[in-house]
Formats: sequence, C-alpha cells, structure tokens
Amino acid sequence: MTAFVRIFFVGGLIAYRGLFNWIRPSMYIPTMLIGPIFQILFFTKLGAYAGVENPTFFVVGNAIQASAMSAVFAGTMTIANERPYQTLAPLLATPANRFAVFMGRALPVLASGLVVSAWGFAMSRLLISGFDPPLSSIPAMAVVVLVSVSSCTAFGLTIGSVGLRARDVFMSANVCYYLMWLLCGVNIPLHTLPGWMQQIGKLMPLTHGIAAGREIAAGASLASVSGLVWTELLVGLGWGTLAFGLVSLFEHEGRRRASLESY
Amino acid sequence: MTAVRVLAAGLRFHFKSLTHSGFFILTSVFMPMLVATVAFYMFRAGGKPGTLFYAALGAAVYGIWSSTLFGSGGAIQWQRWQGTLELLVSSPTPFVLVMLPLTLATSTIGIYSMVATLVWGRVVFGIPFTLVHPLAFLIAIPATILGLGLLGLLFASTFVLYRHANALSNMLEWPVLLVTGLLVPISRLPGWSHPIGWLLAPSWGVHGLRDAALGGTPWPDIGMTLALGVAYLALGMTFLRYFERAARKQATLALT
Repeated sequence: MTAFVRIFFVGGLIAYRGLFNWIRPSMYIPTMLIGPIFQILFFTKLGAYAGVENPTFFVVGNAIQASAMSAVFAGTMTIANERPYQTLAPLLATPANRFAVFMGRALPVLASGLVVSAWGFAMSRLLISGFDPPLSSIPAMAVVVLVSVSSCTAFGLTIGSVGLRARDVFMSANVCYYLMWLLCGVNIPLHTLPGWMQQIGKLMPLTHGIAAGREIAAGASLASVSGLVWTELLVGLGWGTLAFGLVSLFEHEGRRRASLESY
Repeated sequence: MTAVRVLAAGLRFHFKSLTHSGFFILTSVFMPMLVATVAFYMFRAGGKPGTLFYAALGAAVYGIWSSTLFGSGGAIQWQRWQGTLELLVSSPTPFVLVMLPLTLATSTIGIYSMVATLVWGRVVFGIPFTLVHPLAFLIAIPATILGLGLLGLLFASTFVLYRHANALSNMLEWPVLLVTGLLVPISRLPGWSHPIGWLLAPSWGVHGLRDAALGGTPWPDIGMTLALGVAYLALGMTFLRYFERAARKQATLALT
C-alpha cells in the first residue's frame, strides 16, 4: 500500500516533471492563461451579437472548458509521450502498479486545469460586465469545477491511452478538444442542437459540470445541482475506467506483438 | 530574377509540404468549419439566421488567419528544431526570401478553409452562395491571402528573438479574431480597440469579401489590404534584418 501511494503521488509528480520538462513560464502564460481570457471575451461578444444567452452563460462555459486545454492535451501527453521518448518499454518492465503509474500523473494535470479555470473566472469577474455571481457561490463553484476538470482529465487520459497504439494521437486530441465547443454546451444551449449531438454531448466530460456551474452562478445551491454533479462524476469515472482498460489492453498487446514502441 | 525564382520555388515547396501535413489541414479545414458551425448555431439560437453568410465569410478568413499565424509562429521554430536556421541565415540568399514563401504558403493554404467553410455552409446549413460583385470577390480572395501572408512575415520576423514563438502565436489567435471583426462587428467592441483592428489586414480583407459578396464598395477595402501588405513587407524586412543581426550577435540564433 505504501508503494502504491508513493508511486501514485511521488512517481506521478516526477513523471509529470520529466514529460513536461520543456514547459516554461514564457510558454505557459501566453498559452494557458492569456489565450483563454481572449477566448472568453470573444464568445461573450459573439453571444451578445447573436442575441443568445447572457455573459454568465459564456463565462461559465468557457472558463470551465479552458481547463480542457490542460486536461485533454496534457492528459494525452502524460501517457502517449512515453512512446516517442522511448521510455515506455523500461517503464512497463517495472513491476509497479499500472494504475498508480498512469493515474498518478493525472494529479498535476488536474491542478493545472484548476489553475486555468480559476484564473478564467477571476479575470472574467474583473473584465466582463454582467458576470457578477454572488461571493457565496464560490465554494460550490469550486466543487463543480473540480469534478468537471477531473472528468475532463480522465477523458484526456483515455485519448492518451490510445496513443500507446495509434501512430498520431495528437490529431485526435485536437479534434476532441475543439469539438467540446460544439457538443458540451460551452457556447450553444444544448437543447438547440440536433438530437444526436445532444446525445453525444451528454456522454462527453464537462457538459453536466458546465450546466451545474451556470445554475450555481445564478444563485442555486450545490444541493440543488447535485444530480448534475453526480452525473459529471459518473461520466468521468466511465472515461477513467476506459482509460485504464485501454492502457492494460495495449500493454498486453504491445508485449505480445513486441510492438510497444514501434510505429 | 533570382529572387523571383527563389520565391516561386519556396512557395511551391512549402505549399506542397504543408498540404501533406495533417495538422495544417486540421487547422485550415476542420477549425474554420467548426468555428462556423458554432457561430451558425449561435446565430440560429439567437434568431439571426440572416447573418449566416456573413459568419461563413468571417470563419473562412479566420481559417486563413489561423493557418498563417500557426505558420509564422513555427517558421523560425521549425528551422531551429531541424537545425537549419543557421544554414539558412548564413547562405547568400537574403533571409527574407527564405521566410516569405513560407508565410505566403501558410496563408495560401487558407484557400482550403475558404472553400471548405463555404461548401459546408451551403451543404449542411443551406446558406445561399450568391455574390453581388463576383469579380471583386475573386480579386478580394488573393488580396486577402497576400495581405495575411505578409502579416505573417511581420510576425515571423519579430519571433526571431523569442524562443517560444509558438506559444505567442497560440495567444494571438483569439485577440486578432476579436479585434478584426471576423465574426463580431468591430462596432460592437470598445472604441479603443478600433485602431488596432484598422492596422490588421484581416479586418480589411474580410470587409472587402463581405462587400463583394453581400453588396457594398469592396475596392477601397481590397486596396487597404494590399497597402497594409506592402507596409508589413517593409517592416518585416527591417525587423528581420535587425533581429537576425541581434540574434547572431548574442549567439541565440539556434537556441530552442
């Protein structure tokens, strides 16, 4: 048990630092902090011009979705980058618990996503008139954001686990990330989309979390949106289970075919 | 004559090379189609279906911009990663003739986004494609591509000293989309942001395309797009010379 906890927390942090040793403040700040602010401003302005919804709708949707940049891309890289770095075979040669090895890496990704999301909310409060949620909503919003970012990170890990097999998983990560704008109710009220898109959206991370966040920003209590929060959590658990299942499957297949690091 | 040959060969090489890049095709085809789709649904939800062709043209120019920005951010960085930047700088060919075809190729790839977005809008959303001034529209497209390509050169020239140009180009995507009025009219933005938009070719390019398609006076906008392009070229050449020299002096040319 001690080894599991050590690998999960310490190993996760070390692996994250190793896989993301190229990250610098001069990269992180423009991409993860400044870019999302303009994304929020853009969609808020576009929404006002289109005459759809109010600023809170767009701030909550985009501030939560901004965390997906960390969750989806970093989540993907935490698993998939072992192949191009040629560290996958030595890693899998260890007897370490696979769940601890791969899922422990999700914690730093999750923390980064939370920072991006919190930054988005804070800056929107300063820059966007009409976004004025009550201060009492902050704890409940923090819970919703935590659950949403966790769920999205699990989704990122799923894409990353496909990278243990696929030739180029980053293209898929990009497509999935951008489709969230359309399918997760980030900028378009979900009920106005065609039925099949709504169904896909309900299986995606963030959709229920964003809906809960909007209600909380409007003054609802955490208890009153608990159904949405639990659904978001279940969606995340589903993606997390799939991620771990795919890691196990592709490890087994990779060993059997001796193709762990071949393309 | 040599300069024209270098430009033509570079443009052909980079256009072919970028066409083989899945990521570039994603940027120039999938992204503008997605942005257009989001905008279409937003306008429909807001009861403004009459603005769909307006949004389609904006999304198409966004595709050109996105591709140009990604290309100009990567122009220097890719050479650094490949270890060819020093070789190119030390060759007798002026460095601007090496960079210009690349940034022009990235904006020319945007033609895919133009076609994809307009076809997508016509087929999926039934947006009628009727042009009030077809000739002006046909001229506005290359003018916009040229203006954006030269803007890309200006960005690329300033990225020589910056090691993480890709991150900077990621950041610039949204602000320029906002202030150039590609999807949200400039009139709906704060007054202080208007002069910024006037200095950027996408503002005039999309205005020219819209005037040509929907009715208006496109020629002054096309002229402004080209005039700005000439200004970008002059500035880009100056910056490139200055920053290239500074990077050589500080021995930071190849640092990643």
